[in-house]
Amino acid sequence: MSPAGVPLSWYLVLAAFLFTLGAAGFVFRRNIITMFMCIELMLNAVNLTFVALAYHTHQVDGLVLAFFVMVVAAAEAAVGLAIILTVFRNRASLQIDEVQSLRD
Amino acid sequence: MDGLLFLIFAAIAAVCGLNVVLQRQPIASALSLIGVMGSLAMLYLLLGAQFIAAVQVIVYAGAVMVLFVMVIMLLNAGAERPTGASLMASTLGVPLLAGLLVALAYVLFANFPDPRPVRFGEFRLGGAAQVGYALFTRYLLPFELTSVLVLIAIAGAVVLAWREVRK
Repeated sequence: MSPAGVPLSWYLVLAAFLFTLGAAGFVFRRNIITMFMCIELMLNAVNLTFVALAYHTHQVDGLVLAFFVMVVAAAEAAVGLAIILTVFRNRASLQIDEVQSLRD
Repeated sequence: MDGLLFLIFAAIAAVCGLNVVLQRQPIASALSLIGVMGSLAMLYLLLGAQFIAAVQVIVYAGAVMVLFVMVIMLLNAGAERPTGASLMASTLGVPLLAGLLVALAYVLFANFPDPRPVRFGEFRLGGAAQVGYALFTRYLLPFELTSVLVLIAIAGAVVLAWREVRK
């Protein structure tokens, strides 16, 4: 096996693929928790882009931005899961279709 | 070796990512998401970002996903009930998403045509010391603001849960 790696664009395309998967899951899935996990998947894909571009530019800024994305994702997960708990206690369901009183 | 490791972990990430979207059980999606996060941590290491890789494992795969699994357990979340997708979603959804992927890939290949391979060890700024230095000098204000953000998030989560306990 040669020691050569793969070009940087492969990392970026993998990130684009994961982001598209997350978007697809967010649009097509009907379970609130699964939709939330798809948001996390998209955030992870963006993080991979940040780290790959930090490598490309030889600067540490991309890593700092990825760090901030992680902090925001952790805060978002705590609040979002608390909201999901509240919704479940009020509606006894995790289907997103049944949470539509704002729409009607 | 770098290329082989990339291919292995990129394949794991892609398969686990597909599994996140395709599984009907939320717990299966959560476990697949942990697989994605673990393999992404490995890819961060390959890119030379040791600190971010460690934080990825500790914060994401550790804290955030434990929270998810705990909530799935607490709510006893079963398999998702399939509902009929709307006509627009079932006809336009997949082509539009494929178009998004193709557009993203095109932009990326057009802007980063550099064929030089990524080599492990070429990027030496990924340690905790360098990231911490940037965090506490140039990014000091955003860093302090995130502490306020996390405090607000904790207070919000406690308030949301507390009201339910009182009822």
